[in-house]
Amino acid sequence: MNIENKLLKLSSLEGLVLKLNQDGKQVFAPVKKDNIVNFAPVSAFHEMTQDYIVTARSAKFVVFPRVETILEMQFSKDNITLKDKDLSSIPDAVLLGTRPCDAAGFKVLTSIFEGDYIDNIYVTRLKKTTIISISCNNYDAKCFCTSVNVHPGGTAGSDILLTRIDNDNFLAEIVTEKGKEIVNKFDTLFDIAPDVNKDSLVANVPVEFDLSAILGKIYPRFESDIWVEQSLRCIGCGTCAYVCPTCGCFDIQDVSDGHNGQRKRSWDSCGFDLFTLHSSGHNPRNTQSKRWRQRILHKFVYVPEQDNILGCVGCGRCSRACSVDMNLKEHLINLIGELTK
Amino acid sequence: MDSIRKRARELLEKNTVKVVIGYGVGSDNTVRAIFVRRPEGVEELIFDETCVQNLAVYLLKNEIKQIGKLCIIANISALRTILQLASEHQIHEEELLCLSVTPNGELLEFTGFKDIENYISSCNRDLPDKESEMIKKLEKMSVDERWQFWMNHLSRCIKCYACRSACPMCYCTRCQVEYNQPQWITVEATLMGNFEWQITRTMHLAGRCVNCGECARACPEDIPINLLNYKTVLTVKEKYNISAGTNANIDSVMSSFESDDKENFIR
Ligand code: SF4
Ligand code: SF4
Ligand code: SF4
Ligand code: SF4
Repeated sequence: MNIENKLLKLSSLEGLVLKLNQDGKQVFAPVKKDNIVNFAPVSAFHEMTQDYIVTARSAKFVVFPRVETILEMQFSKDNITLKDKDLSSIPDAVLLGTRPCDAAGFKVLTSIFEGDYIDNIYVTRLKKTTIISISCNNYDAKCFCTSVNVHPGGTAGSDILLTRIDNDNFLAEIVTEKGKEIVNKFDTLFDIAPDVNKDSLVANVPVEFDLSAILGKIYPRFESDIWVEQSLRCIGCGTCAYVCPTCGCFDIQDVSDGHNGQRKRSWDSCGFDLFTLHSSGHNPRNTQSKRWRQRILHKFVYVPEQDNILGCVGCGRCSRACSVDMNLKEHLINLIGELTK
Repeated sequence: MDSIRKRARELLEKNTVKVVIGYGVGSDNTVRAIFVRRPEGVEELIFDETCVQNLAVYLLKNEIKQIGKLCIIANISALRTILQLASEHQIHEEELLCLSVTPNGELLEFTGFKDIENYISSCNRDLPDKESEMIKKLEKMSVDERWQFWMNHLSRCIKCYACRSACPMCYCTRCQVEYNQPQWITVEATLMGNFEWQITRTMHLAGRCVNCGECARACPEDIPINLLNYKTVLTVKEKYNISAGTNANIDSVMSSFESDDKENFIR
């Protein structure tokens, strides 16, 4: 559909959050707690913080929770009953305050969960989630969205994109039918859009490297020493993957008390050495450098090749969260230096 | 700084060591670990009070061990870790060389574990003030309040295991959380699973934690997870008069037994 522009007053957001809640939707927005900002359920707009570049953790948990029961089992003497997840139990949700990079991240996740296998739980969750993003008017040294073709005022992945015009007003771009539904339902909260130059309202994030110098060129360097060089300081935790909006890897575990059981999936990370450990004891990625290489290759080689979409949206979360300063942007620039040698 | 660079250069030039693990400038005015393998690289080394990471975590990392004999620029936490690792037979004197700098800028080069022990005995090993105060506050709370405190914090844990990875004493190649036959600890990052995980980690580090604070620094959720371990540091000191990382021959508090022990369940 064609993008439709509206005006949304800051003061109307209070009403919007209230009405969305009354409408039975779970509203998630950035909330500051114990000094970090993360998405959390809000019942009123003022619970949301305005003071954030991006949240520490991404918003992916709304469609891909950190742990989720995907199957239930019941054991009786001579029978096992299996019960699929009841998709109708998945609540309607609204994500408010995602950044354009977050929104773009959902496209990558979708390419994974709607790849050769369609993951109905993910698909349903996403279908039931309306994404109302807010353009960035600020950025920090870890952001590199524009270097990976994501724009701080980009609409991709959002259902509605809000861009701050001044202290009191937002430009609301209605991007999808889902977004339109919300506008139609609460039409009194929206006004006629003013004529504004959106580009002048969003942050001017500098392009810091040339993506075309990486794409299609990394794989021949599979055995390069650069992976070891870059990852000597990596301690192999799962943090980068857990905070990343596009990482979709999970682990599956069955838990049971002998009568009832659940099959659960939880986030996993290719940074862990256990990730590829075979039951034979062999581990094809037996060193951290191979695991680091996997992280880069997955995002910049495998996902682009398989799904025709870049696996990284440049939010910089991995670099902010990494306790040993594995700065992805810096590593990519360094990689380009190596590739063009 | 100059003295460290000079000595590191000598060590690399003479091939006494293959790599110097130290601190360098990181992104956005931070400090990061660097691994210097060529003499000219020593110019990147820095050492001051902002160099807080406990670099001893890299001593057992395979890809670093493979480089060859190493030299580590160690702060107090790293020195204590080295002694504790020695107590646990994880490192040997001849494998590494240790440099440090005293608060008034004097270069130290340790000739062996004994040397480190002597230096450590003269250093302040108390818990940092902020954490001491927090522990006192927690001790004063009712059980319910304390439970709430930890529920609030641990509900955020995403089980990324950064605390474990950053901890130089969490070096097991197969952590207990990774066993699934049987599954000792719930894998999922739910309140229950998170409590199981952190209680286990705390118990496994009792008498071994050198209070470097890496676990809390690494946590992306800002959980003051070091408080659990610091409390055991105080308890072990009080009950057994043992401080981890002060001696290269410390018995493990949790897995050694003396015939005059007060507890008799093992007899
Ligand atoms: S890059 Fe950083 S966050 Fe990721 S596994 Fe390595 S140490 Fe952990
Ligand atoms: S790899 Fe890092 S910068 Fe890229 S999307 Fe993931 S968290 Fe963001
Ligand atoms: S393979 Fe690694 S980088 Fe790719 S989605 Fe999984 S955890 Fe993320
Ligand atoms: S680092 Fe923090 S979030 Fe990660 S497992 Fe440890 S306590 Fe949990």
